[in-house]
Order: sequence, then structure tokens, then C-alpha cells
Amino acid sequence: MCLAIPTLIISIQGTTARAAIGGVERTISLALTPEAQVGEYVLVHTGFAISVVDEEEARETLRLLEEMATLYDEETLADEPGR
Amino acid sequence: MRYIDEFRRPQLARSLLATIEARSTRPVRFMEFCGGHTHAIFRYGLRQMLPPTVSLRSGPGCPVCVTANSDLDQALALARQSDVILATFGDMMRVPGSRGSLQMAKAKGADVRIVYSTLDALEMARLNPHRPVVFLGVGFETTAPTVAAAIVQAEAEGLENFTVLSLHKLTPPATRAILDAGEVRLSGIIGPGHVTTVVGSKAWEFVPHEYAIPCAVAGFEPVDILRAVAALVDMAESGRPAVANTYSRSVRPEGNRTALQLVDQVFEVNEANWRGLGPVPDSGLRIRSEYARFDAALTFPLHPGPTREPKGCRCGEVLRGTVEPPDCPLYRRTCTPARPIGPCMVSAEGVCAAWFRYGERP
Repeated sequence: MCLAIPTLIISIQGTTARAAIGGVERTISLALTPEAQVGEYVLVHTGFAISVVDEEEARETLRLLEEMATLYDEETLADEPGR
Repeated sequence: MRYIDEFRRPQLARSLLATIEARSTRPVRFMEFCGGHTHAIFRYGLRQMLPPTVSLRSGPGCPVCVTANSDLDQALALARQSDVILATFGDMMRVPGSRGSLQMAKAKGADVRIVYSTLDALEMARLNPHRPVVFLGVGFETTAPTVAAAIVQAEAEGLENFTVLSLHKLTPPATRAILDAGEVRLSGIIGPGHVTTVVGSKAWEFVPHEYAIPCAVAGFEPVDILRAVAALVDMAESGRPAVANTYSRSVRPEGNRTALQLVDQVFEVNEANWRGLGPVPDSGLRIRSEYARFDAALTFPLHPGPTREPKGCRCGEVLRGTVEPPDCPLYRRTCTPARPIGPCMVSAEGVCAAWFRYGERP
């Protein structure tokens, strides 16, 4: 019940929007996220957007994780004999 | 970027697991509050991947499961009123109350209808102006704003046949109740990602401040959860408990102010009765007197009679995290998803359903 799915906003009319969830379009309410814009991703819970996904934060998280993964790969390779 | 696949990459999971293993020196046990997390943890087999020093324990984060039998009976009594249309989310249908489930009531002629959103229930009220439409308000802080929005909308439209039976519950007070009871030793809390999207990560500050253990708010993809576990292990090892927000693409410290304002406008905090935890102070939401005409508990004062708990069912203890599903004598024997006896086996978010569906720890 607390699941929410990242959904792309296609168009906005007043407090509702058309949004694409896994290729399916449906109408959602923007009553809880009036700041949402077309082209942004929102998390949708039971027909309501509950937050606008912060793309910059997502990129920064992934950048940190990738940096860590690269470091891990390098260490793993360095530890293996014969390399 | 679709914000899903990126957070399922095996390479990222592997390095996080290596970090956790390298950092973890002493046994720790973290509780994931949220049923969504429980299912993700089981679905991706995360328990088995973690080093033996790190264990996870499921908490009471399934709204259907924590709904007390007395409240369920109230909903059933409502559904049996002639003329009433009871609108509910699908996962409430099969939960057994003292005398049958909503599904059984429907089979006997009650008009119980599944909705995806509170907006669907409003539409039902518009289309059936001469019949009372009652929405069964079950859910945590993620759902409450959507119900508040529906009530405000109903008032604006002058919809007089729409009411809500508010059984909403609040997660931080329940977490506090579990920590206060001290029945299960916990070294940290995995904070619910979507509840915290609404309430804000500040709502969890009491965990490190008052209980001296860390809290990491997590998203729902496997990499998100491992990142939260890594943060918890790090804080537990360093002895510096704090609130870590590892779901910053959705969670902000102050939460969703629009949603919180709506909830505050329509609801006031009251004591709620939880299955497993019993009455917990300030852990529920009651409709304010200004909106009393939308309160189904006042519109339909029903007395459904004494409650009966299913014999042998250990749902309550499972919800408190004191036992795990295989410790229940009914689990897998008489209680299965096809014939559930307790709510933890019914709901898609229930702990027993997750164990049954994805298998157990070896």
C-alpha cells in the first residue's frame, strides 16, 4: 500500500495530470505536488503524486555508488594473484 | 533515467555488500518498518546476501495487518448496512475479522467495491447520489493525505453522501512503541521511504536522540536498501547514531509540506489500536470536528459486538518483530495465501506472505 512508482508527467490540466506508468497512460492527481512540471518524474501512490523525483540527487547518489563500485573492482582485481 | 533499473545494478549491489562485510565486526540487527521494504528484501534475497553479523527483522509496516480486529468488525458492520457502498483498497478484502471478511460479506450481498484511489470513491459518490459511499481509510502517512484531499474535495463539491472510516495510523509512534517495549533488541531502523517522503526525515530524529541507535531512510530498489544497511552498519560501528537519508531523490528533511498541511487541516492525532501493539498514544488520525459530517464513525454508530481473534495465530508477535513466521504453528500448515487465517498472510505487504512467496532463510 505504501508503494509508489516513478512516473513521467506528460501533460497537466489544473490539479490533474496525464502520466506514463510503464508505458500505460493514466490520470493522476497533483493535489499534493502542485510544483510538478511536465517532463518531470513524480512518485505516484494510489493515484496521487507524493513527490517530485529530484534528478540531481538521483545522479549524485548514482555517481557516489559508481565511484565506490569502481574502487571495489580495482581492489578485487589487485587482490587476485597473477594480475 | 527511469529511477528503477539504475538502482538494481548488480555491480553496485556487490560493492555495497563488500563495504558492509568489510565494515561489520559485531552482530547487529536492524528492523525494516515498512512492508514494502520487507517484500523487496525477500524478493531480492537480501537477507541471504548480508554477512552473518548483519541480520534484518521485519516490523509492523503493513497497514492492513496492523488494523485491529475490532476496527475490521466495524468496517464489516458498515458494509452490511443496507444501501451503503463500501469502497476499499483491494488488500482489505480478504482479511478475516471476527465474523468473516469483506469478501465474504460481498458474496452475501453487501456492496463492497475495490478502488485504486480515493478519487475513485469520490466518483462513486457522484454517480450514486442517493446512496451513502463510505471509504475505508486504512493506511499510513502516505495514504492519509490522499484521504484528506478527497474530503476537502467532497466539501468543495457539496457531496453529502461521502464519508470515511478513518483507521489511519502513524509510523514513528509505532516505532517508538516497539523500542519502548524492548522485546526485540535492535541496533538500528530502516526508515520507510514513502512515509518519510511525506513526514520528512526529521520525523526520525528521536531514534538516535532518545534511543541512541541509527535510522537510515531507504528507497525500495535493492541498491537503495543495501545503501541504507551500509549506512546503518557504519553508524553502529562508529558509535555515532544519526538519521541518514539514503533516499534523497524523494525524501527531504521537512517532508511534503502540502501533504502535511492537508492532513493537519482534516485530521487530528489520537490514540489508535494496533494489532500486536495494542493501544498506542498519538498513533492514529481522527477526522476533526470541522469535518465531522465526513466521519463514518459518527454517521453510522455501530456496535459490531465482541471481537474474536483467530486461534493460534501469532500475527501480533510477527508484527512486533518478536517472532518470525515459521515460529507460528499455523504458518504454511493451515495458514497459506490461498486460505489465510491472519492478516500477515493476506496482504501483499504482510511478513508471512513474503516468507511464503519468496522462501525462507536457509
